[in-house]
Amino acid sequence: MSGTFVGMPAFPTAARAALGNTQLRRNLAHATHTIRDKRAQVVGEVEEWEALRLAGAGVKEAALRDLATHLETLEESLIRAGAVVHWARDAEEACEIVAQVAKSHQVDEVVKVKSMATLEIGLNDHLEREGIAAWETDLAELIVQLGDDLPSHILVPAIHRNRAEIREIFRTRMAASGRPAPDDLSDDPAALAGAAREHMREKFLRAKVAVSGANFAVADTGTLVVVESEGNGRMCLTLPEVLISVVGIEKVVATWSDLDPMLRLLPRSSTGERMNPYTSTWSGVHPGDGPQEVHVVLLDNGRTRALADDVGRQALRCIRCSACLNVCPVYERTGGHAYGSVYPGPIGAILNPLLKGVSDEQTASLPYASSLCGACFEVCPVRIDIPSVLVDQRAAVVDSHRDDRRPKAEAVAMKAAAWAFSDSRRLAWAERASGLAGRVMSRFSRTTLPGGRAAAGRLPGPAAGWTGARDLPAPPEESFRAWWDRTDGGQFGEGR
Amino acid sequence: MTSARDEILRRVRSALDGVSPAVAVPPAPRAPDRGDLVALFVERVEDYRAEVTRCTPAELDGLVAEVLNGAQAVVPPGLGLDVAGSVVDHGLTSIELDGIDAVVTRAAVGIAETGTIVLDHQPDQGRRVISLVPDLHVCIVDSSQVVADVPDAIALLDPARPLTWISGPSATSDIELDRVEGVHGPRTLHVVVVA
Ligand code: SF4
Repeated sequence: MSGTFVGMPAFPTAARAALGNTQLRRNLAHATHTIRDKRAQVVGEVEEWEALRLAGAGVKEAALRDLATHLETLEESLIRAGAVVHWARDAEEACEIVAQVAKSHQVDEVVKVKSMATLEIGLNDHLEREGIAAWETDLAELIVQLGDDLPSHILVPAIHRNRAEIREIFRTRMAASGRPAPDDLSDDPAALAGAAREHMREKFLRAKVAVSGANFAVADTGTLVVVESEGNGRMCLTLPEVLISVVGIEKVVATWSDLDPMLRLLPRSSTGERMNPYTSTWSGVHPGDGPQEVHVVLLDNGRTRALADDVGRQALRCIRCSACLNVCPVYERTGGHAYGSVYPGPIGAILNPLLKGVSDEQTASLPYASSLCGACFEVCPVRIDIPSVLVDQRAAVVDSHRDDRRPKAEAVAMKAAAWAFSDSRRLAWAERASGLAGRVMSRFSRTTLPGGRAAAGRLPGPAAGWTGARDLPAPPEESFRAWWDRTDGGQFGEGR
Repeated sequence: MTSARDEILRRVRSALDGVSPAVAVPPAPRAPDRGDLVALFVERVEDYRAEVTRCTPAELDGLVAEVLNGAQAVVPPGLGLDVAGSVVDHGLTSIELDGIDAVVTRAAVGIAETGTIVLDHQPDQGRRVISLVPDLHVCIVDSSQVVADVPDAIALLDPARPLTWISGPSATSDIELDRVEGVHGPRTLHVVVVA
């Protein structure tokens, strides 16, 4: 994949571009609503869902708070089970380890099962530079890879592509990397899936080395777990001789029985199924069955940075179910690309700044990509309080600008608000001015919000940053205080 | 030079400096009693668009032959059932397996609540690869193997073994969220419940 997220514009700019793409918006709305409904149905079936969430959050929180102990135990268990354990401080180090193992087997290709961690570290690009082709094997990732594109959703990375586009990608691109798509390929999803099956089967059968991630890593047994739907994971975990798994250090749970709440929470929250089609677990090398050389790369890459953040630490509980994306009103409209990261949506808006810090403009814009409506917290199976972390990260962004010479428009606005709110006469004046603006906007604005309220489109000047990607509702023509005075608290009816 | 290992563990310890490791982990709740587990299991497996047939032990070999309908099957060495025309797996290559239509295995556990079968790849189930490459998977589950929910299965299963949890046939919803059965794994899953 040549596309990377590096150099992405900040969220508001990218979001404006995405908002202009009606096809994308339609696909996203359809997808998020479908998954959302399915999830609600299977979650509703579990009488004690809230208790299950508490258990899941507890398992992950406990693992995080004693992470060093669990990591050492995990390492010990893995080695005992015949695996080779590597540690990687950052993306570069992790990529280097994977490349070295692959090279030691003289291969020029590896097969991959979808993994957020390997996407995060840019493994495919790195391997490509080393002359090793990394084949994504998940249908959606295949679509993304062949289309030279970027994934837009954790769970359905090709959600922004419709069937006609997919057919076109398969017909024009498959031949260059293996078995071509049949000439008479239709845009029927079953036919498209069939073409992917044939194309990938050839690669699975010849691959010597596979790369995976893991959804969970069980410390006391050295067991890795991969949760999937298509069977490409099983192929990668079973057929090749060598398996390399890149596992974020936050994937650890303490004991085998800790998997219970997690395996009940994840599929229902994620694809809206009682259970996903396939879950594979393995503990090191199993003689006579599957890969006989097993490597595990334990990855930091900013996780210890997030771990040190008392408010943000909980973000590391995330099990990448993507439920928060599907309920997010911002995500639904902009899609994943606008977040400029492999972790989009509400979780991305907190995880990226926590992992990387807020020194670059792109990452610093993410905590603002939210209306703080709280829907994400409500659906999160491990109870990550995303809104609180967002607010805290906004504070971190503001702190990082403390020494700027030119104050940000937001800081100016807040100062002005503080000045106006601190005195009732000033407030009354400000309200009259605002009411006037509201009447002017109602007259002249070309944008209307749902419900018929007038709105400003893009405002010029310092407010452009805010209104570039948002419609600013016109201020009401009468303030609450003026209305109260006029009607004596509504006692005399609306009177207007 | 410190190793990456020591450096990461040091960072973890310093990140958690002053953070109490004690967290009360509430026990995961159990699903309420749902009555006839085998009936629930059958219903939930069918929900995934898998085929399910119930039979008695005496009917088993006839039924398996019927389901295979002449397709050639690979069987694990310890299946304990005669399947006409089958190939016993003693280390077939993946390429050889790719030429075989079907596979017949037993299972380790069935989970009623989620309609899941779990294979722990003992000799009656065989290596992981044999239940993966052929396009039709016939899986025989004894009704005594059916448990209520995920925690019961976790308690019975041995993590030292490789495990494959199967809930319906391979599926994808990657194209406009239309569910399609079968991308890489077996496109047809037929579960036979013996009681
Ligand atoms: S933050 Fe919660 S809801 Fe969002 S992906 Fe992670 S686990 Fe799922």
